[in-house]
Amino acid sequence: MIKYETVIGLEIHAQLKTESKMFCSCDNYSVDAKPNENTCPICLGMPGTLPVPNKKAIEWVYLLGLALNGKIAEKFNFERKNYFYPDLPKAYQITSSTKPPVIGGRVEIETEGVIQNIRINHIHLEEDAGKLIHPKLGEYSLVDLNRAGTPLLEIVTEPDMRAPREARIFMQDLRSILRYLSISDANMEQGNLRCDANISLRPVGQKELGTKVEIKNINSFKMIERAIEYEVERQMELLGENKKVVQETRGWDESKGKTLGQRSKEEANDYRYFPEPDIPPLEPYSGKEIDFDEIKAWLPELQKEKSQRFINEYNLSTQDAEILTSDLELSRYFEQTLEELPDITKNDEIKKQKAKKVSNWIISEVLAKLNLAGISISDCKVNHKDLAELLDKADHGEISGKIAKEIFAEMFETGKNSEQIIKAKGLSQISDTGAVKVMITEVIKENQGPVSDFKAGKEKAFGYLIGQVMAKSRGQANPQVVNEILKDLLDKE
Amino acid sequence: MRKITKEQVEDLAKLARLGLTDAEKTSLAREMTVILEYSMLLDEVDTKGVQPTSQTTELKNIFRKDCKVISDIDINEKLQNAPVKEKSFIKVKKVLE
Repeated sequence: MIKYETVIGLEIHAQLKTESKMFCSCDNYSVDAKPNENTCPICLGMPGTLPVPNKKAIEWVYLLGLALNGKIAEKFNFERKNYFYPDLPKAYQITSSTKPPVIGGRVEIETEGVIQNIRINHIHLEEDAGKLIHPKLGEYSLVDLNRAGTPLLEIVTEPDMRAPREARIFMQDLRSILRYLSISDANMEQGNLRCDANISLRPVGQKELGTKVEIKNINSFKMIERAIEYEVERQMELLGENKKVVQETRGWDESKGKTLGQRSKEEANDYRYFPEPDIPPLEPYSGKEIDFDEIKAWLPELQKEKSQRFINEYNLSTQDAEILTSDLELSRYFEQTLEELPDITKNDEIKKQKAKKVSNWIISEVLAKLNLAGISISDCKVNHKDLAELLDKADHGEISGKIAKEIFAEMFETGKNSEQIIKAKGLSQISDTGAVKVMITEVIKENQGPVSDFKAGKEKAFGYLIGQVMAKSRGQANPQVVNEILKDLLDKE
Repeated sequence: MRKITKEQVEDLAKLARLGLTDAEKTSLAREMTVILEYSMLLDEVDTKGVQPTSQTTELKNIFRKDCKVISDIDINEKLQNAPVKEKSFIKVKKVLE
């Protein structure tokens, strides 16, 4: 029985979140726009129009190139990829795959503790096509060209992945990099990050690659692994029966859980590329238009570096550091909240203690609420200042931990700050010994039975009495103060 | 001497979404062969060191600032070339997924 090895390469498309489109000044943000609202003669492909590249989109390709350790090509040029499809108004897509702007590069991924380099073949820049809608009823399709002309990155990897899991981890790491660089929303469900997978099998030890099959339509992280697993199994079965794998494009059908052969537009695969005569070539190192020092200065601390820093600087666990850095905004929220706390700069020990508290709060309270509401940290009504204020109050015994959680729940719902809620509800913790004493005296009077039980040596009765005092104060009495005074008064009884 | 075959014409017609009759295919194959022959005169010239002419302006690095401009052209005007519309969508024959 021959043993086979799985070989996976990915082609990833990511929309850039520039303000305007790739070759015209149309608004690149169309979420709230009417169909075809954000279009102009250039992206509609009217004759006589002239596309002019968006400088920011080009700078961002270089930024990603630098982040992935790729080589910036001394020269690149746009070209036309010709095909007819209703979502492509010009009947060609302006792309740059033949002479791409970034060559090579790598992403380091970690699977089960093993670090592995996934090499990047190249990164190129192109324009997205429009969107087609296929109403279920009716023999027609609808075209919306708002997306036509959106800057699109294509990242092509070498066939360096050996398991479906590795492909998923690679995609997650790449998404994180795109988000940390703030160049793409990189959301697969919303289609601004898309991935095609090339899959082939070869006998273990063989150098040449087997026949590859391209899988399209993978549009969620869950699907990456499932679609590739299915395809590997399908090819394994064919080879097991001594049949041949046919080179083709297959689409992942999520509802059927299968890949299916696609025929439509891939049938005549001849795109007749030629250089785009309307756009002069780009030579980033000649002239002063592209400033690589500036682009290098934009390179932020990426997720892996930040996670490591959180571990070193704040003494967080690996797991907590990874959760907090899983979202750039969340990592910022954590550090901003921490910086907002008084005494934070006093010494490293205090900083680590407070960091642990803030981290626990964010992970167990804030994230739990966000997940439940299905929103992200940027939509959270509680800003870092208000959270810091709340945590500081709890830290100083002004409110109990339990009350703090209740106040937070209301802050999360209403966006009010802790001070407003405490005032409106009279929730301040009662540490005033006089007020506590009055309540305890009442409790002792009302609970003579348990009091004598306690005197008779039943320790449990003490807990019961504490509970009664806390109930009377509606949970606002400082438990430590109650504890001390109750002991004191019982001794005197 | 290279000849354009009828099959090549059929492939091109398919890519260009043109429906051709059999007679048109035959005559196009003949005509295209003549055109190709003519352009093959270039093969006789030594073009070593001659720059491709896809670019003739000698310009390079032409960009625009990333800045959106809200078009003052009305959607209806933009879509006036679309044969069929539905709301502000362009309506086309069903495209298979």
